[in-house]
Amino acid sequence: MESITGLLTKIFGDGMSPMALLISGGLTMALIMSLVMAMCAIVFTWMERKVAGFLQSRYGPMRVGGFHGVLQPVADMLKILGKEDIIPDEADKALFMLSPFVIFIGSLMAWAAIPFAPGFIASNLDLGLFYIFAVSSAAPAGILMAGWASNNKWALYGAARGAAQMVSYEIPLALAAIPVVMATGSLNMNAIVDAQGGGVLNWYIVHDPFLFLAFCLYFIASIAEVNRGPFDMPETESELVAGYHTEYTGMRFAFFFLAEYANLFLVSCIATAVFLGGWHPIAGPVFLPGLVFLIKAVILVFLQMLVRWTLPRLRVDQLMHTCWKVMVPLTLLCVLGSGIWMMVSGELL
Amino acid sequence: MAHLPTLAAVTTGLHANYVTVLLFLLFGIFFGNLALGVAKLVRPSKPGGEKGVAYECGELPVGSSWVRFNIRFYLIALFFIVFDVEVIFLYPWAVVFRDLFPVAGSLVFVEMMIFISILVLGLAYVWAKGDLDWVKGLVRRDGTEVSGE
Repeated sequence: MESITGLLTKIFGDGMSPMALLISGGLTMALIMSLVMAMCAIVFTWMERKVAGFLQSRYGPMRVGGFHGVLQPVADMLKILGKEDIIPDEADKALFMLSPFVIFIGSLMAWAAIPFAPGFIASNLDLGLFYIFAVSSAAPAGILMAGWASNNKWALYGAARGAAQMVSYEIPLALAAIPVVMATGSLNMNAIVDAQGGGVLNWYIVHDPFLFLAFCLYFIASIAEVNRGPFDMPETESELVAGYHTEYTGMRFAFFFLAEYANLFLVSCIATAVFLGGWHPIAGPVFLPGLVFLIKAVILVFLQMLVRWTLPRLRVDQLMHTCWKVMVPLTLLCVLGSGIWMMVSGELL
Repeated sequence: MAHLPTLAAVTTGLHANYVTVLLFLLFGIFFGNLALGVAKLVRPSKPGGEKGVAYECGELPVGSSWVRFNIRFYLIALFFIVFDVEVIFLYPWAVVFRDLFPVAGSLVFVEMMIFISILVLGLAYVWAKGDLDWVKGLVRRDGTEVSGE
């Protein structure tokens, strides 16, 4: 986070000790990422309702905030803040209160390693990509906690299915990123982005056909990982009421909601950094890197929304079949094929 | 007593990144509590009555809500563990693949392919046994499968 520490040094002079600089820089980045997560919830809920509307030949929200309902999510958030916090009588109170935190923190910690712009990465870990996948694995635990603690059979079933789905799709998700790591030789997110500099032909998505297939598989697995789109069996409105978050009201429910949209943006950001060249533009020198990164990530989010509002929901057995019988073999094939391509094409020598 | 890193080592260099991760964790806890605290000031609180009853689409709940569930969830968790450990072994290899290839040639690749093939054998076995099917196939008494979904 050189940009943040540089800014702090400029404001406060050289008198700051390294410890103070690190803590203030780290807390500033954490605050920025929390605000990014909140903005995701606000901006993408509006975008989702408008996209859904236009795909269904209707306008979405139009009234709140004048122009095309831009303040609709703000109104929704204010409404949610005012809801009573009901904890079921026989619920496991400690777990009930803990699980939104587990899900929220699992998502927030993954934001620490996303490379938005050259100096603007909170934690430039050498293990960056692996760390992100590891920390996002806290979500299934949070979901199981939520379903179990709710004292509701349907929440428990929804949670079990949700955890089974998220946990199954982590395999193709992590495997699809392996060819990228093979091509880069490092797990450092800055290194992965920098290896794709110099024009669109250097991006990993067009590096070889197996990496293109890996991108497609990563995209599908990421939709399943965030319980969205055709893979939203755990929270189907028509079958399990609201699945694992049936018994949650008010701000606690808002945490699940926030974490879902933040995860949506997170997996799009990871795909942008890892497959689509991060902050590097299509051609030419690096110009407004943060904006380029955001534009690419938002395009992927838009694609995810298109997929959600176009395709019908997968049944739970189709979901598991897709993961274990289609995607895991295909991602292993990607690893195999990419390795052979890289060895044969001579780029490793 | 184990050798602890000095303050200087913690604030610069490799450890600094993990201090940031810790700060994210602590900030997340703080931010969550802050949001809930703000909501607590704003919202009403009138517990009691029908509100505490578990939701079952308007009916009173029947029986304990901590029901038994199908063993297929346990099996999926088991397969996930096996393949996740495989992924964990694949990542360090993927990191050094690029550097080792000029030195050791295709042996680097072949070794990992042998490892993956052992696990693919495991996947194939599990597939053939029908453990990847969400609904186990119906089988007649003499062992022939009943066709149809």
